[in-house]
Amino acid sequence: MTAISDGEAADALLQVQGLQVVFDGFRAIDGLDFSVDRGEARFLIGPNGAGKTTLVDAITGLTRPEIGSVRFGGEEVLGKREHEIVRLGIGRTFQTPSVFEELSVLNNVDLAASYRRPLRSLLRGPGKIDDRVVEVLETVGLSSVMEQAARTLSHGQKQWLEIGMVLVQEPQLLLLDEPVAGMTKEERTATGELIQRITETRTVVVIEHDMDFVRRFASRVTVMHEGSVLTEGTVAEIQDNPLVEEVYLGRPRDARGAAPAAVGQGGQ
Amino acid sequence: MEIFVSQVLAGLGVASVLLLIALGLTFTFGQMNVINMAHGEFIMAGAYTTYVLQGLLGASLVGLSFLISLPVAFMVGGVLGLILERTLIRHLYGRPLDTLLVTWGVGLMLQQLARDVFGAANVQVKTPAWLDGGLTVAGVTMPWNRLFIILLVTAAVVAIWAFVNKLPNGRQMRAVMQNRPLASASGIATGRVDRRTFMIGSGLGGVAGVAITLLGSIGPTLGTSYIIDAFLVVVVGGLGQVRGAVLAAVALGLLNAFVEYASEASIAKALLLVAIVAFLQFRPQGLFVRRTRAVA
Amino acid sequence: MATESQAARGEGAPSTGAIARPTGDSPWAGAGWFVVAAIVLLVVAPLLLSDFRLNLMAKFLCFAILAVGIAFAWGKGGMLVLGQGIFFGLGGYCVAMFLKLEEAGPGQLPDFMVWSGVEQLPLLWRPFQHAWFALPAAVLLPMGIAALLGALVFRQRVRGAYFAILTQALAAAFVIILVGQQQLTGGTNGLTNITAMFNLDLTNAGNQRGLYVIVACVLGGAFLLVRHLSRSRYGRLLVAVRDSEDRVRFLGYNPTTIKVIAFATSAGLAGLAGAFFVPVVGIISPTMLGIVPSIEMVIWVALGGRASLVGAVIGALVVNWAKTGLSEQFPSGWLYLEGALFIAVVAFAPKGIAGLAELWRKRAGRSEGAPGALPRSPLGRLAGFARARRGGPDRLEKEPTA
Repeated sequence: MTAISDGEAADALLQVQGLQVVFDGFRAIDGLDFSVDRGEARFLIGPNGAGKTTLVDAITGLTRPEIGSVRFGGEEVLGKREHEIVRLGIGRTFQTPSVFEELSVLNNVDLAASYRRPLRSLLRGPGKIDDRVVEVLETVGLSSVMEQAARTLSHGQKQWLEIGMVLVQEPQLLLLDEPVAGMTKEERTATGELIQRITETRTVVVIEHDMDFVRRFASRVTVMHEGSVLTEGTVAEIQDNPLVEEVYLGRPRDARGAAPAAVGQGGQ
Repeated sequence: MEIFVSQVLAGLGVASVLLLIALGLTFTFGQMNVINMAHGEFIMAGAYTTYVLQGLLGASLVGLSFLISLPVAFMVGGVLGLILERTLIRHLYGRPLDTLLVTWGVGLMLQQLARDVFGAANVQVKTPAWLDGGLTVAGVTMPWNRLFIILLVTAAVVAIWAFVNKLPNGRQMRAVMQNRPLASASGIATGRVDRRTFMIGSGLGGVAGVAITLLGSIGPTLGTSYIIDAFLVVVVGGLGQVRGAVLAAVALGLLNAFVEYASEASIAKALLLVAIVAFLQFRPQGLFVRRTRAVA
Repeated sequence: MATESQAARGEGAPSTGAIARPTGDSPWAGAGWFVVAAIVLLVVAPLLLSDFRLNLMAKFLCFAILAVGIAFAWGKGGMLVLGQGIFFGLGGYCVAMFLKLEEAGPGQLPDFMVWSGVEQLPLLWRPFQHAWFALPAAVLLPMGIAALLGALVFRQRVRGAYFAILTQALAAAFVIILVGQQQLTGGTNGLTNITAMFNLDLTNAGNQRGLYVIVACVLGGAFLLVRHLSRSRYGRLLVAVRDSEDRVRFLGYNPTTIKVIAFATSAGLAGLAGAFFVPVVGIISPTMLGIVPSIEMVIWVALGGRASLVGAVIGALVVNWAKTGLSEQFPSGWLYLEGALFIAVVAFAPKGIAGLAELWRKRAGRSEGAPGALPRSPLGRLAGFARARRGGPDRLEKEPTA
């Protein structure tokens, strides 16, 4: 390791080393090294089955890796339970937005915001809404529908609600799993701008297929392939890299993973 | 040594009956997410089928009527299951807890029906003469009726395993169990597969009822006592897994036999549950394999 | 989205004051109905009902206490509890043991022990000589056991049908133990002939009426407690766990804690119900606690409306009155009816009576022609200041309409 990368490592908020996740003998993540610096907006791309979601699952405690280490702000995360990891400051969203359908939009965000309240306070009564909740609802553009039940929201709005729920918890690191999947063009743009705004104050890792979207909003891109990191760099560097084109287009067995440029039109 | 062998045998006898019931349950639970509490009453129906056939054919043909009652009870259970599936359960897909409650209501009514038809008192089914006595090996006597049950269930398990793994119908069933939307999109008539599965599962309950007549007298509430234990087998063995169900049934049957021998029957039951809760503590991921793209 | 939020701001963003509390009802919503119910239970019923019927009513109110607990755990929290008979029984036996010892007098043995030749008071019974131990234990023991069990199984993500079956198996085991340990528990007969408490004759009609009033008040208290919990952030969290346990987990909460609290609360209420059941009825036996009675308890709540606390109370009362009325005349017919009713409600009207009431109210509201008009509570109507209640979509409890 060079002196420079040592310096970077010291600055890294999230550092994944030698990670291996095995499902029934299949190595979904295979000896992966990955690190994210404080304040970065990192995009994670790669063909289907590259292990992007699995990586996020491993970081957040949803799947238990065989070996490796995940350090967050210097602290080992592996082995902790999911809610403990959240309490360290890692928030995540899911590909299929998951919100509390029966509760109002406001109450969804309010519950998320209350996660550090002691149990006594939760039991005491309906409680007062924090100003932060109102702010976040405004940030994600859901102020006008906050009294509605979450089940009445559109797919895109649910996605924003989920981002808002994570945002209100003020995590140091946000992991967004395909936040624009299934969104309309306008919604994508709005989401991109939202993510840009979030990155001004926090570190964000976004899994995304849509190369148009990546081109517009990413600062740094990590390409994953077959459970490990293929390459890493700026958007321009990634686009010029013949290796990347090869994993998307090249070998016949990966024909499923469409070309990066084509994905943008099709969407998910 | 004698005690040990006879306890093992008793445990295996109970385990076999439990396994037969649990297999029926695990199909409907695993594939359709239906918790059929009326399964206990299908068992009861199977047992009464044996009783009725014996009455019809007379005392001289006990052996024959017993053998006939095996396929007949399978059909009785199967048809009852089919009716249940068609009238109620198909309205309840996706609501597993409600299927539990609804089928319990059905069971309640079937029990009352049995009480009205056959009387509340238990009745005795005669054991065929060729199942009297036992096989004596090295001074240890193994009763024929237990051995017969073990054989019957072994045959049933092999048949089910072959059906599920080797026949096209069974493969369709597994496909639906693993991924219903995909199976449906691939041209499998999932509704028909469901009906078939439910019928087979319920039929197995009927056969279990026949086997139970060998173990003692039968009554309208016969099913209730077995159904909970059978569900515990399903819980411990895992969903829709023949292998898991076999292991769990044998383990629970043996454990039950030995704990009951070492202590009292009433304590044995409680200890068994403690053992199950303890066992659950050692399943690292709990009982569920979770999807990762979305959370439930 | 940016445009959307601008639009919202353009219209004048709602001041923080206006939305400073979560969406839902005002704390006093339904207060009128509560007062009406209290008047019916505390004034009208004692005036109209005979001593015998009022005593029956007291018994059913005990069941209603238990039903409120089931509605909380099952309706709000999604935990189908099929073993509430255990906790009801624990509460009942705790009090019954105390009363049997009180009846026998200091240093004496309860009658059934004398009959079965027990010579020394068993260790398990000793603490129950004292009211200060036995009465709190009737609630705390069920809560403790539920909390322990819940912590063990919820932590391992045993839920849904698995949890339901486990509780049912426990109910079965509990009864087997009660029957099997005859010298300790009175076996199949249970603990019988309980006729006095604190030197008050429980067979005396006046005392029975007094007991009725106490039970009615306890039910009111239990109802208010659970209503308060349901309306708190915790209550919303419980619903959230029911609908998406993992999402709650990934918001940094531990769902185990949330579920354990609800399960233990419902167990505590079942224990409380059992504790009052014993002086009201004078007996507790295994036949009241097994698998079948435990499911019957769920039937009450299912009929009333699982997610509605009021529905649970109404369900418990209606089913038990119907059972008393019909099973005397048609013992076999009642079982068919109970089964059929249960099937019909769960399969085709899962919201139960409360759901029908809600439907009826919506219709009534529409026919009045006022869009979004909500029916007023009787008190509010009388006083003429019925506040326009916000019919927030996530209102968890349905208001009583009958």
